[in-house]
Amino acid sequence: MAALNVSVVSADREIWSGEASMVVARTVEGQIGILPGHEPMLAVLASGEVRVTLAGGEKVTANAEDGFLSVQSNVVQIVASRATLN
Amino acid sequence: MGAQLRVYRQKIKSAQTTKKITKAMELIAASRIQKAQARVAASTPYSRAITRAVSAVATHSNVAHVLTTEPERIERAAVVILTSDRGLAGAFNSQVLREAEQLTELLRSEGKEVSYFLVGRKAVGYFAFRRRESEQQWTGSSESPDFELAKEISDTVLEAFLRDATDGGVDEIFVVYNRFVSMMTQTPSVVRLLPLEVVEGVAEPTTEVEPLYEFEPDAETVLDSLLPVYIESRIFNALLQSSAAKHAATQKAMKSASDNADKLITDYTRLANNARQAEITQQISEIVGGADALVAAK
Repeated sequence: MAALNVSVVSADREIWSGEASMVVARTVEGQIGILPGHEPMLAVLASGEVRVTLAGGEKVTANAEDGFLSVQSNVVQIVASRATLN
Repeated sequence: MGAQLRVYRQKIKSAQTTKKITKAMELIAASRIQKAQARVAASTPYSRAITRAVSAVATHSNVAHVLTTEPERIERAAVVILTSDRGLAGAFNSQVLREAEQLTELLRSEGKEVSYFLVGRKAVGYFAFRRRESEQQWTGSSESPDFELAKEISDTVLEAFLRDATDGGVDEIFVVYNRFVSMMTQTPSVVRLLPLEVVEGVAEPTTEVEPLYEFEPDAETVLDSLLPVYIESRIFNALLQSSAAKHAATQKAMKSASDNADKLITDYTRLANNARQAEITQQISEIVGGADALVAAK
């Protein structure tokens, strides 16, 4: 199965990027999980955790404040003015 | 020692001291350019992502937004001028201020009022000296601008933009700043920030059918929160560019100052040697003349 190409970007730098099998984020409407092949979308994130599950099963979590999630042809971008890895 | 010689030696010494200072400033500026450039590069993924998102909304929905619609009549325009806090940077500040003045003239000729938002102590000083009004000023952090500053500026200008023209609101916002082209070139440039024209990467023609975009919660809300962020990132980018350009301009100016000091030192050393030699020659001829006189007196 195709993998997701994920990047987590904050205003002053790129925080994390790499391949992943799943992304779980909280938008203003609720949690959303994104798997490869997801339809293109643009969502406003609520402040909270973004969980990125890597192909091997490990997880990367990041905090994103007032940001966006964009998905287009398996490229996922999490953009926030302030974002940190934890 | 002759008076002339002493004067030359003093001038050499002062040129040497100046050179030490300018050389040090040149080296500091050179190391700061690297850092500033790295910050510009580091912020690129963010602005690229935001720009892509904005153009996605623009191409996949036809929502009219207050920030993107051209007002019927533009009564007042705001000009944000980005300068530095310190001088010693050659034409850096004067060229951006000149650009702003030209823009002002253009806007006035179109019958618009102009109000100013100033960043950097140099712009503030320029306005204070001419007793001109400005809406708001930010000083002290132009050397290494942080995102907070960009946020503050964009919040202020957005607030002014959304206010009614009758309460002193503006209908158009420009940013004037020095763009970092290369180590040698920094060009003053004017960007119209609002009403928004998404210029970069709009509607690149693709052969495949564009898939339908999904917006969460809906296109309007997304645009509502996306556009201010876009403005922020544009201002942040301008601030970073301006700071990189400032360091490059300082480096250039200090390099030429060091070179000039070098030239002065060589010139004065020549003159000092000349004066010393003249003094020696004079002393010899005095001695010889004195001896001759003594011989003649016997």
